[in-house]
Amino acid sequence: MSFFSVDNLSINFGGIKAVDGVTFDVKKGEVFTIIGPNGAGKTTIFNLVSRIYQPTGGKLVFDGTDITNVPPHRIAALGIARTFQNIELFEHATLLQNLLLARHAHKKSNFFSELMFLPSVRQMELEHREAVEKAIDFLDLQQYRDSFIVNLPYGVRKVTELARALCTDPQLLLLDEPSSGLNVEETEDMAFWIQDIRTLLGITVLMVEHDMSLVSAVSDRVLALNYGRPLAMGTPGEVQSHPEVIRAYLGG
Amino acid sequence: MCRGRKLVTFLQLTLNGLAVGCIYGLVALGFVLIYKATELVNFAQGDLLMLGAFVAYMAVIWWGLDYWLAFLISVVTIGVFGALLDATILRNVIGQPQFAVVMLTIGLGAMFRTFASVTWGSEIYTLPTPFGGVWQVGGVTLSHQYISIVVGTLILCGVLYVFFNHTRVGVAMQATSQNQLAAYYMGIPVKLIFSLIWAISAGTAAAAGILLAPVTLIDINMGLAVALKAFAAAVLGGFGSIPGALVGGIIIGLIELYAGATLPEGFKDTAPYIVLLIMLVVRPQGLFGTMTRKKV
Amino acid sequence: MRFQFKTSYNQDIRLFKDRIDTSWYGLLAVAVLAVPLLMSDYYVGEATWVFIYAICGVSLMALVGYTGLVSLGHAAFLGIGAYAHAYFLQHGVPWVVSVALAVTITTASGIVVGLPALRMTGIYLTIATLAFGVIIQEVFSRWESVTHGFAGMPVEKPTIFGVPFHDEWAFYYLCLFFLVLVLWMTRNLLRSPTGRAWIAIRDSEIAAQSMGVNLAIYKSIAFAYSAGLMGLAGALFAHKIGYLAPDIFTILLSIQFLLLVIVGGLGSLHGAVFGAIFVALLPPLIAILRDSIPASMNEAAQAMNIKLLAIIGEGIGNFLKKPGVEAGIFGLILVLVILLEPLGMYGRWVKIRVFFSTFPMYRGATFKRQKSYMRSERLR
Ligand SMILES: Nc1ncnc2c1ncn2[C@@H]1O[C@H](COP(=O)(O)OP(=O)(O)O)[C@@H](O)[C@H]1O
Ligand SMILES: [Mg+2]
Repeated sequence: MSFFSVDNLSINFGGIKAVDGVTFDVKKGEVFTIIGPNGAGKTTIFNLVSRIYQPTGGKLVFDGTDITNVPPHRIAALGIARTFQNIELFEHATLLQNLLLARHAHKKSNFFSELMFLPSVRQMELEHREAVEKAIDFLDLQQYRDSFIVNLPYGVRKVTELARALCTDPQLLLLDEPSSGLNVEETEDMAFWIQDIRTLLGITVLMVEHDMSLVSAVSDRVLALNYGRPLAMGTPGEVQSHPEVIRAYLGG
Repeated sequence: MCRGRKLVTFLQLTLNGLAVGCIYGLVALGFVLIYKATELVNFAQGDLLMLGAFVAYMAVIWWGLDYWLAFLISVVTIGVFGALLDATILRNVIGQPQFAVVMLTIGLGAMFRTFASVTWGSEIYTLPTPFGGVWQVGGVTLSHQYISIVVGTLILCGVLYVFFNHTRVGVAMQATSQNQLAAYYMGIPVKLIFSLIWAISAGTAAAAGILLAPVTLIDINMGLAVALKAFAAAVLGGFGSIPGALVGGIIIGLIELYAGATLPEGFKDTAPYIVLLIMLVVRPQGLFGTMTRKKV
Repeated sequence: MRFQFKTSYNQDIRLFKDRIDTSWYGLLAVAVLAVPLLMSDYYVGEATWVFIYAICGVSLMALVGYTGLVSLGHAAFLGIGAYAHAYFLQHGVPWVVSVALAVTITTASGIVVGLPALRMTGIYLTIATLAFGVIIQEVFSRWESVTHGFAGMPVEKPTIFGVPFHDEWAFYYLCLFFLVLVLWMTRNLLRSPTGRAWIAIRDSEIAAQSMGVNLAIYKSIAFAYSAGLMGLAGALFAHKIGYLAPDIFTILLSIQFLLLVIVGGLGSLHGAVFGAIFVALLPPLIAILRDSIPASMNEAAQAMNIKLLAIIGEGIGNFLKKPGVEAGIFGLILVLVILLEPLGMYGRWVKIRVFFSTFPMYRGATFKRQKSYMRSERLR
């Protein structure tokens, strides 16, 4: 049985079929990439997986559990984390607070113990802090720990989002265009990190990406999408040379 | 006989409610025009209405001008004032959180009230109008004051409709409201358009204030009460919809009058809000609004 | 410049940053405790107002400043707390129980208001709370068997476990105690998952959700907590004002609370206290200036033999005496703060501190705000 499977997934917005019968499955430990022109429905698939949108048809199964009807705030606890195409950080909080929030799914305290800040809460906070520091070290964010997000450059924010996703202790990581807006060096760093996340942390990655060099460098398999419909699936090389894919990108 | 009297009362209430509702609608229209274009919620709209009424009063009583001339002077003055407000103050806060802007306009409103109380005094004033008479139609008293409000609103809406749909500037305004950036690239002077929209909103408020003056009389707090109801009207209609604002205004006006006549004391002023709350629970996006979500 | 070397995670968790910080707060505590010993009853009374307003400020800060939900109906919660407390006291309920009941009732009403609020955002929520405030105010004036309507409702002075808190100084310490308690509890929440969830909701609902925050629960908690604090403030308010009437709890009071958090500085507990100092002390300050400016300008005019000064002083005095001027001054300050210092008094305070601690290396651009155009809130 596959680790994460998407079965005949569809959603309509008014008349637009943004995602139209998409089926694929992701194996544990692989990097699976979705490519496609703008508006192809890639982000919408992520939104369906994070349960922000309700699909009009199809099924999502993660690690043996049907998550098609799980409420969005349960997704993190199940082990799925994501980043956003246009960065959705908590801008008026520090980087540290952003990462600590990602531990929310693992909190064990209740309102009243927090109100009194009982020793158990302090203990839990310290544990969260330890987990967060691991992500900070992993992604080299030490110097920005106490900075407010609004004051950070774009590239650092992008990495912060990655760190925040990692802090939820995910098994499946959804990365929406991790390299968009980054310069060449930052993109290379991103490629190394994605590989490390897979090999060192053993996290499965589902990614949307435009930069084909990054895609080829890190992906095991690629799915090409256009107008919400799958065009081709296979290794990066196969998909890139697929005639339909070339036609879609050249606007045929 | 009794049924007949009831019908007369009902018609009477409907006419009066319609008139009051038109005022709410006009002020709500001002809210919506500004909101659609700039995303600012102008809480000072009611105080612009108050200023409009006072300027007309000053023109008629202090300077002895003709009512219609005073009307024109007031609408133009407040319109220009609105444009200046936009150019000097409000343009600086576009992009700041909506809440900050709401508070800013609340602050401006408080300043306007103080200005009015220092300039014109804090008593209650009557503006003499040419609409003193009444018509009796089958037992229903049609007071010219109320009719002038309804007719005035219709004329104003007609003018605005033609302006927005059949003039270049009006169409440019619509375009700007839909997409500032695109409008800017098309060579539309976006800043000027914003100021113009403020001018129109403020001028509409002033006109509403003058039309309302004979009904509620003029005092420095006349705007606040109207603005709160108009705000409810705008939300009821679905903040951002122009027909919604007018319909919402009329609904609020009618509810207010009916509730005042039939329900125990205290419901006249609260019934509109009760209806609004119920509506927001059932249909959070308002009557004519559409639910939009941020795309990520 | 003072560097903080961090050696343990606890350093970010504890209440005060470091030893220097702690000693400043200690000094402040001594000063605040000494006020009744050094000052007249008038000033002690005004300072008590600051404490009560500060509790209101913390309440609104939790909701508006941290969770990003704007309420124009908080005067209603204050009123519910005040009336409930006064009513229970009248019926012989012991003070502590009465306050607890008042807080419980306002908390419950906060949840009731919060429930529909879960589906609304931005301006819709604001108007819904406004409607709630208007309705509750009408209830205060009509439900005469409980509130005595416009006839008003006297409130007895507090007696707790038989100990009277009737004197200004005693009530001062009582309010101070509750303010410190409220600040402590709120700070606790802010350094725990709940507070972070609030901040997350404020800054990005979608991301908060994807990180595991149940929006409905945490918005409800924010509403309930904020309303509960307002209920507590209401109970103290009732004693302080001594006589309850429906026209105290108007939308203008709600607006004043919002003004408090903005002028103080959104998103900081310091801001709630700074704002309270401002809101509570501006009216008496205006009253003092109203008389002292003409007098002192007149003296100066005579001393220097310049008549104009006396005339200007007279003019300022007359202007300040006009009705409704106070509201205008509040409005002006609000406008100036939003235009010039959107982070409020606390933001200014931080800047001043940074200026001195980095002197002479302060750069004008340190706090330059990034201008954000087109940040649409229509799609939240
Ligand atoms: N919330 C929404 N409402 C309406 N249409 C949407 C919504 N979200 C996405 N769409 C539409 O779905 C299509 C796919 O969008 P998206 O998934 O963002 O594309 P991309 O592949 O570039 O990430 C687009 O046509 C977009 O306009
Ligand atoms: Mg996308």
